[in-house]
Amino acid sequence: MIRNEPKITPELVAQHGLKPDEYERFRNLIGREPSFTELGIVSAMWNEHCSYKSSKVHLRTLPVSAPWVIQGPGENAGVIDIGEGLACVFKMESHNHPSFIEPYQGATTGVGGILRDVFTMGARPVACLNALRFGDPSHPKTRSLVAGVVAGIGGYGNSFGVPTVGGSIGFHSRYDGNILVNAMAVGIAKTDSIFYAKASGVGLPIVYLGSKTGRDGIHGATMASAEFDENSEEKRPTVQVGDPFSEKLLLEACLEIMRKGCVIAIQDMGAAGLTCSAVEMGAKGDLGVTLDLNKVPTREEGMSAYEMMLSESQERMLMVLKPEKEKEAEAIFRKWGLDFAVVGHTTDTLRFIVQHGGDEMANLPIKELGDEAPEYKRPFTEPKKLPVLDPASVPAPSSIGDALKKLIGSPDLCSKRWVWEQYDHLILNNTVQRPGGDAAVIRIENGPRALAMCTDVTPRYCEADPFEGGKQAVAESWRNLTAVGARPLAVTDNLNFGNPERPEIMGQFVGCVRGIGEACRALDFPVVSGNVSLYNETQGRAILPTPTIGGVGIIEDLGKSASLAFKAEGETILLIGETKGWLGQSSYLATVIGKEEGAPPPVDLALEKKNGDLVRALITGKLVTAAHDLSDGGLLVALAEMAMASGIGAKLDAPPAGLPAHAYWFGEDQARYVLTATPANLAAIEARAKATGIILTRIGATKGKELTLPGEHPILVQALHALHESWLPAYMAGPAG
Amino acid sequence: MKSAVVVFPGSNREGDVARAIELTSGRKSEMVWHADTSLPKGTDLVVLPGGFSYGDYLRCGAIAARAPIMDAVREHANKGGLVLGICNGFQILCESGLLPGVLARNAKLKFMCREVYLRIERSDTPWSRRYNAGAVIKVPVAHGEGNYLADAETIARLEGEGRVLFRYVSPEGKLDPAWNYNGATNAIAGIMSEKLNVLGLMPHPENHVDPAVGPTDGRGFFESIKAALEAA
Repeated sequence: MIRNEPKITPELVAQHGLKPDEYERFRNLIGREPSFTELGIVSAMWNEHCSYKSSKVHLRTLPVSAPWVIQGPGENAGVIDIGEGLACVFKMESHNHPSFIEPYQGATTGVGGILRDVFTMGARPVACLNALRFGDPSHPKTRSLVAGVVAGIGGYGNSFGVPTVGGSIGFHSRYDGNILVNAMAVGIAKTDSIFYAKASGVGLPIVYLGSKTGRDGIHGATMASAEFDENSEEKRPTVQVGDPFSEKLLLEACLEIMRKGCVIAIQDMGAAGLTCSAVEMGAKGDLGVTLDLNKVPTREEGMSAYEMMLSESQERMLMVLKPEKEKEAEAIFRKWGLDFAVVGHTTDTLRFIVQHGGDEMANLPIKELGDEAPEYKRPFTEPKKLPVLDPASVPAPSSIGDALKKLIGSPDLCSKRWVWEQYDHLILNNTVQRPGGDAAVIRIENGPRALAMCTDVTPRYCEADPFEGGKQAVAESWRNLTAVGARPLAVTDNLNFGNPERPEIMGQFVGCVRGIGEACRALDFPVVSGNVSLYNETQGRAILPTPTIGGVGIIEDLGKSASLAFKAEGETILLIGETKGWLGQSSYLATVIGKEEGAPPPVDLALEKKNGDLVRALITGKLVTAAHDLSDGGLLVALAEMAMASGIGAKLDAPPAGLPAHAYWFGEDQARYVLTATPANLAAIEARAKATGIILTRIGATKGKELTLPGEHPILVQALHALHESWLPAYMAGPAG
Repeated sequence: MKSAVVVFPGSNREGDVARAIELTSGRKSEMVWHADTSLPKGTDLVVLPGGFSYGDYLRCGAIAARAPIMDAVREHANKGGLVLGICNGFQILCESGLLPGVLARNAKLKFMCREVYLRIERSDTPWSRRYNAGAVIKVPVAHGEGNYLADAETIARLEGEGRVLFRYVSPEGKLDPAWNYNGATNAIAGIMSEKLNVLGLMPHPENHVDPAVGPTDGRGFFESIKAALEAA
């Protein structure tokens, strides 16, 4: 007998984020009025965050396979084969809404959640990355949000014991009301011991492991599926609290019972906690699940079934264990001081039954809870194409040197040392390339192989042209991996957008996904995991479309990889790719001129592949001494970064005739890299470029302690360095917002 | 050289230090669980590794200092055995009374992971015989609570007895507040017990030992220990 209190009213349905027609769909599905607990369960399963109801139809168009893909989207994380019996398990996920409301805990639980996704699959996490977007620096909340989010990411990762090795941070007024916190975790597992959520076997015990269940985070996923309004601050109680210590214990205990062969299926309790994890385990295995909530370890007395089913308390896992190994698994969990309780069993009824205090609180068809979730083909409008800017129409700066100083000292392009020094980026002793390069490089076991990883997106481009912007995010990720000498393997995507019920926002989403799909196909760089975060919008003002791409690649031999720092004086500087001086939507235009105009640079994917393949071949052939991809700020910013990383200057040649100097130095044409080489290797490099028809230009030489441009005052590298390092610490030392 | 690395719930650099010991001495370490009450037979060196024991939700190291294994560690120290506490291990040594003083929050109240310069104050110790006195090495730190504090009398005693082994300095080896990034009293980065057999330090020499990953200034530290144990 299902108790039904309180009564289901239209208001109650609306409070659960369900539209009237969605509620009707559910009522028809079960053939009666749901109980209050059932309403909670369906609201958890059918919200945007968990059901992907607006995005699913488009996500299906993404390429998800390659010979090296072991597991694509749909599991806790993506899995790729990296050779020698090892797999890389990785995923990125957003924690945007909670981080705006409570930045420290929002960020910590974002990191905790993504780490769990990775070790749930049997992998030991080896690195974390993130992608952060904040509002305009002058916005009164920005400073405290930056401080809280950074402290939270560090607070979790540092204690858990995984190096946080890379990421990206940007500022823009469009994030004033909705910041973005995208966290990525990368782990390594053995290819023959990957664990999945799919349960198998009838009548097997379902085991609850980890921390106790409390009242925190109830409706977290529902919150993340709605816009903010003026009362958003009141949503603080929906934010969970992270405990990295428990997570570290949970990691060690889970890996230990996996090693001992105890586990049949495992699912972490993330968004919508017990509900989502139990339903997924059952539905994936074509099994029913019965839960007895009296057995669930709770932090407080008197929790209702509704509260337990919707709690998002952190650091919890659900498993199906081999019955003969149950005692062994329990002993391991007790050793680590963690809760262990049999809370239910699998059935052959395909029903999801929740019992509490002797009453049946829910009895729902388990497959339909997921499969029959609404799916929308939301209307969308094609974004208007913006005109291509003629470089000559963009004003020149007072001097190239001043513009460079402005760019490298700007919030977006300045050094983020203030941030990454708060992250332990060295623990585990495998961090070969630290934050600040094109991609982080993490040694695999004792080497010489390594993983390269990075996060990228240029939201300004995506806003101006979602399709090209989506392509560019993937291309830049692929380039960054290539620039360290890695072979790019796969990506995880974290798609952050505004309200999909608005056709123009949906247009941005559709355009970006198409662009991502096209680029991933062209570059053989499949999407193996990801996350969609919609409704990043406050009072009708949406964020810039921000499809963050987290890329992973493999370096076969660290001795044949590259970093961006100049290595020695007297080397030749080479530019790969063609420079047309594209200034539309460039950093130069935005930061120096103060305008965001025109079409963003188009991405020629065939050219990207050709140029990148050559760069990688030159690096692995040990023909070049440094490599750096060109992105925000163009050629001169890239050269300045190479100089600042080394303290070595450069003497640079004049721009080609017919191109305005500022367009040459700051244009953001794609598919370009800067390399350095010793004079002895030049002929071989140029022959390789010529043979493949790739444009390669000698543009100067490393020299002295200054950047010397024709017709400009020499710029001291040390002075650039000081400017580059100063903005963020100075800003953060300012008054609290 | 037989090393025992104590693992507390929340330790997280036990693998790093064991790897550094193996790389420099060729010998594997034994991992010892916090709930054990004795050390493996023949242990020469006990290591309390970095991490966040028990989450460090209370004062750092305060709970670990009371773990069952700590009686055996104390006994080992009292018999003159080598005990090394790195980062959280240093905090545990202070909390357990094996070393004086405390480690307060960094002066800027933030966790800091960066390379620092350390001056080796003397070379006639089991921990530093492979360095010259006055040498400057570059090793990383990664902590939020490394600001060494003690009363004036204790500081005077530590200094008077030559028990400060490492100090934060500039790359040229000069004392300079700008390079004492956590605000430690007298720029103290590491101190020893009276008999010099117990050392606590905040920096992580174990993360700078492998040329495949980066700088190797920390190798001398582990090679010193090995040499000291072989000479004994």
